[in-house]
Amino acid sequence: MKTTRRDFLKVAGVTALGMAAGAGPALAYSKGAYLPHTEHMDTGHDHLAAKRWGMVIDTRAFHGEADYAPLIEACHKEHNVPTIPGTQDVKWLWTGGFHATFPHNHQEFLAERAHHAAYPLLCNHCDNPPCVRVCPTQATFKREDGIVMMDMHRCIGCRFCMAGCPYGSRSFNFQDPRPFIAEENLAYPTRMKGVVEKCTFCTERLAEGKMPACVEASEGKIVFGDLGDPDSEIRHILAENFTLRRKPDLGTSPSVFYII
Amino acid sequence: MYDGGKIIAGLIVFLGIVGFPFWYNAGSAGYKTPELKLPPKSKATECIRPTDWMRAEHMQLLDTWRDSVVREGNLVYTTASGGHVEMSLQKTCMDCHDSKKEFCDKCHTAAAVDPYCWDCHIAPKEEK
Repeated sequence: MKTTRRDFLKVAGVTALGMAAGAGPALAYSKGAYLPHTEHMDTGHDHLAAKRWGMVIDTRAFHGEADYAPLIEACHKEHNVPTIPGTQDVKWLWTGGFHATFPHNHQEFLAERAHHAAYPLLCNHCDNPPCVRVCPTQATFKREDGIVMMDMHRCIGCRFCMAGCPYGSRSFNFQDPRPFIAEENLAYPTRMKGVVEKCTFCTERLAEGKMPACVEASEGKIVFGDLGDPDSEIRHILAENFTLRRKPDLGTSPSVFYII
Repeated sequence: MYDGGKIIAGLIVFLGIVGFPFWYNAGSAGYKTPELKLPPKSKATECIRPTDWMRAEHMQLLDTWRDSVVREGNLVYTTASGGHVEMSLQKTCMDCHDSKKEFCDKCHTAAAVDPYCWDCHIAPKEEK
């Protein structure tokens, strides 16, 4: 028997229908076996929300580097940041001098006070973050509330973000950090070898309704709040004080402001 | 048949190599589901989903949790009985299942599964 194209298409159509009918129940079963549990999830009642989180640091209230030590300790203890001797320098919050902090502000005759002061440095949670743009796996991403977050599960350690960040806010784990953590915080994970880490504005604390660890340790010298709300405390402070941001000419629009 | 001896000898060698896993393990005991030591009832009053469901689907649940927590900021999970728990491996799961060795490792070792959760997440301290 010779099969014409017309006959072939008829048979093919009926066969496809039959297969679809057979696959239907099988598909329904597999869906039932794996229950998508996203509908059981929510953000919780206590979490703090904002349109765009930001931070104002009143550097006038800090006198020298030693004043920042409790903040750094609070941050690093909370997030299991290791202290590795040598050059590997894993850090979330650290300090720098005026010229390291504001390298594009070449004031010729700088106030003596500003010259000798230390400034706390951390991830600036830019409104236009270059690290997010260069990350090939979207492990680093900007949340809706403006926080630039890291998904350590997805980081492949390519370090493009470190090259992209103009503030040196990111650290790479060249080795397992665990032996270098003096006291593990059992409520927070450590990192594994080969991932990048940085400050996350304490998203895990915001979710519980608490302020970031450094803000809490600063006893009011750092104000954390919603830059997107014109009536927030942080916006009032910004309206009343002269502030600097780090490297504003790069167009990254940092969310960390320094009162000088 | 040309070169019949060589072909048959080759086939025997081939089948021997391909069937290695089968004949190597023949006669040894079959897989037995390991006996898990469940957390004491005083500590773990209920699981977030029925036990059978958790046994089959816990990896999907944890995978959904980690994305939901990190990327969407969801933190609270509504359990089967309507309770609320924090979605956290370290804080919630391992609070009741306080022994990684007795609970996680037993099955994972038997099934030759090596999840890398513990490269970052800190397992509860085992009592010796």
